[in-house]
Amino acid sequence: MLKTIARNLLRGPATMKGPEAAEAGIEELAGRLDRAARIRLGRSLSIRQVDAGSCNGCELEIHALNNVVYDLERFGLRFVASPRHADVLMVTGPVTANMRDALFRTWDATPDPKWVVAVGGCALDGGLFKGSYGIVGGVGAVIPVDLHIAGCPPRPADLLAGLVALVEAAK
Amino acid sequence: MLDYLASVGLRAENHRPYPRFDLSREAWAELVTTLAAKDDWSLLGLWADTAIVHMALRDEAAMTVGVVSLSCPEGRFPSVAGVRPGAIRLERTIQDLFGICAESLVDPRPWLDHDSWPIRLPLSADPPDPLGQPEPYPFLPVEGPGLHQIPVGPVHAGIIEPGHFRFTCNGETVVRLEQRLGYVHKGTEWLMAGRSIAEAGKLAARVSGDSTVAHSWAFAGAVEAAVGAPVPPRAVWLRALMAELERLANHLGDIGAICNDASFAFMLAECGLLREKVLRTADACFGHRLMMDRIVPGGVAVDLPAEGRDAILGLVRDIAVAFPPLVRIYDEKASLQDRTVGTGRVDGGLVNRFGAGGHVGRASGRGLDARLGPGYAPYDELEFSVPVFTEGDVNARVWVRIREVEASLSLVQQILDKLPEGPVHVPVVPMAGQGMALVESFRGEIMTWVAVREDGIVTRCHPRDPSWFQWPLLEAAIEGNIVADFPLCNKSFNCSYSGHDL
Repeated sequence: MLKTIARNLLRGPATMKGPEAAEAGIEELAGRLDRAARIRLGRSLSIRQVDAGSCNGCELEIHALNNVVYDLERFGLRFVASPRHADVLMVTGPVTANMRDALFRTWDATPDPKWVVAVGGCALDGGLFKGSYGIVGGVGAVIPVDLHIAGCPPRPADLLAGLVALVEAAK
Repeated sequence: MLDYLASVGLRAENHRPYPRFDLSREAWAELVTTLAAKDDWSLLGLWADTAIVHMALRDEAAMTVGVVSLSCPEGRFPSVAGVRPGAIRLERTIQDLFGICAESLVDPRPWLDHDSWPIRLPLSADPPDPLGQPEPYPFLPVEGPGLHQIPVGPVHAGIIEPGHFRFTCNGETVVRLEQRLGYVHKGTEWLMAGRSIAEAGKLAARVSGDSTVAHSWAFAGAVEAAVGAPVPPRAVWLRALMAELERLANHLGDIGAICNDASFAFMLAECGLLREKVLRTADACFGHRLMMDRIVPGGVAVDLPAEGRDAILGLVRDIAVAFPPLVRIYDEKASLQDRTVGTGRVDGGLVNRFGAGGHVGRASGRGLDARLGPGYAPYDELEFSVPVFTEGDVNARVWVRIREVEASLSLVQQILDKLPEGPVHVPVVPMAGQGMALVESFRGEIMTWVAVREDGIVTRCHPRDPSWFQWPLLEAAIEGNIVADFPLCNKSFNCSYSGHDL
C-alpha cells in the first residue's frame, strides 16, 4: 500500500483542472443571491443530495465528483449527511408521488439561506416519465429550484461547472 | 420441466424463444403443489397483464426455461409465494398494480402503493379513485424486553437511492430488519404500455442507471425474439463489449465503496480512479459514459470507432497493472478483513429458495449465470468461468466481484480479438408476438418480457431486475450483526431501488 501511495505522490495528482463556471449558471444565479447571504456563506457550500425518484444514473455521476479526478472538495464544496447541515439541496429524478413528502420535508429541514440545484433531464419536468400517475413532475413542482444542470445524466464535468457557478455567484 | 408443463397446459403461439403454456386454474394450483417438491425449478419472474398472470420458471438441471399463464377473469389466482418466497413481493406488486388477488398470500400488505397516487390499481382495465384516507403502513410487530427500533430513510445519509429500513435492535445487535420500498416507483411499466418500441426502449434504459446496458440488451433481446428480428453479428459482439465494460465499472466502484464503508478510504480512491477510466473510455468509444441508449432493438446505435479498439486495450492494460496490487492490499489488511469476514452471512439454502443470482448467489454457492445457462450469443464463443464461493459473507461477495473484474478484463480482450466487421443495426420490422430475454447484468440476471402488436406498439413490458430476489436476503444477512455493519452488508449487495420499484 505504501508503494502505491509513494508512486502516486511522485506521479502527481490525477485531478483534472477546474472548469470555468458555467456562464448560464452564473446568470441564472446572480439575481437570486442577496449580499447578506453571500457574506454568511463565504465560498464554502455544503450539499445534501436527495434522490426523489431517479434511475440512479445521476447518482453515479454525482458520486464521481468525489473521486480523485474531479475532487469536488477543492472548490469548497462538500456533501453532507443531513439537510440540517446543508446550504444546497441537490435533487435528482422526476419527483415520484411516493417521495413528494420526503423531499418537501428535507427541504423544510434545510436552514435558510438555501439553494436547490435540480440535476438531470427528469428533474426539470419529469423527462421521460412525464405524464405518469407515479410522478408529480420535476423538482420545481414541489420546491423552488435555483439552478438546473441538464443531461441524462449530466457528465461530472458539467455538474462541476454548474456547482462552481454556484460558488462564484455566492462569492 | 418443459414436458411437465406441456402435459398440463396448452402451448401458446408466437412466444419466443422459450415456450409459453396456458394453464387452467386447476393446472396452476397443481403446478404450485409440484413446485414444492421440485427444488431445482426456480422462479424467474411473476408478472401480470390485464386479467392474466404469467410465471417464468427455469429447470436448473436441464437449463430450460418456460412460461406459464393463467387467465384470471375473477381477479384471483392461487399464490405461489408459499413455495417460492421470492414471489411474495411480486404478488404484492401484482395486487397493487392490477388488483389481481393472490389467494392465501402470506403477506398481503400493499408494497409499491403508498396511497399517494391519483389512481389505484393503475395497470388494471379500469383504475378506481384513491381511497382518500390512507392508513399508516403496518410494519411487522416486534415484542420483547430491551428492544428498540431505528427507522432509516427514505432519505438516506449518502448519495444513494431512497428506501426505508426499519431496524429492531437489542443493544447493538440487529434482531430484525424490515424493508419498505416503492419510493422511486415511477410507473415505468404503465408508461411502456402503448408506446413505440423505440420509446419503450428509452424507458428500459432507465430502469436502473447502473445497469442501463444490460437492461437495454434484455429489452432489445425480448423485442427481437417477439418479432423475429435478426441482429447483425458485429452488433451482438459490441453489446457484449459494452456489457463487460459496464460490469467492470460497477464492480470496481463497489469494491472501493465496500472498503470505504469499513473506513478504508484508500481503496475507494484507487478503485474510483479505475472506474472513472472505464467510464471515460466508454464515453470516448460510444459517446456516453454509462453507454445509455447505445443498445437498441435491431443492433446497437453507435459503432466502435477505429481508434476505440486501442483505447479499450489500453484501459484493460491499465487495470491489469493497477488492480492486482489492490487485491493484495484488500487481502492483507487485517483491520479490513476484520470487518468483512464473517459479516452479513447469507445461507446457501436461503439463496436457493429465493433464486437469487449475481454476486449474492455466487457468494453463497449458487453459481448460475445467464451468460452460460441458458446462455446467449456471443458468450458461447468466449471463454470464462463463473466464480463461486460458499462462505456467503461480505468478504465472499467482494471476492466474487474481484474474480468477475478479472474475468471481464479477459472477456473484453477476447471480444476485441474476435469482433467481426459489418453493419451494426438492422431496422426492426414490426410483427405481433411475445418475447423474453435473460441477460446477465453486473448484479445478476435480468428477465425482460415483452408483448408487441403488429403495428410495433409495445402492449406490455415487464423488466424484472435481479434485485427482486436479492433485497429480501439483505434482511436475512444483517440479522445478528451490529447496526454499524449494515452499510457494509448493504453495499456488498448493492441492490437497485429504481430497478425494483420501477
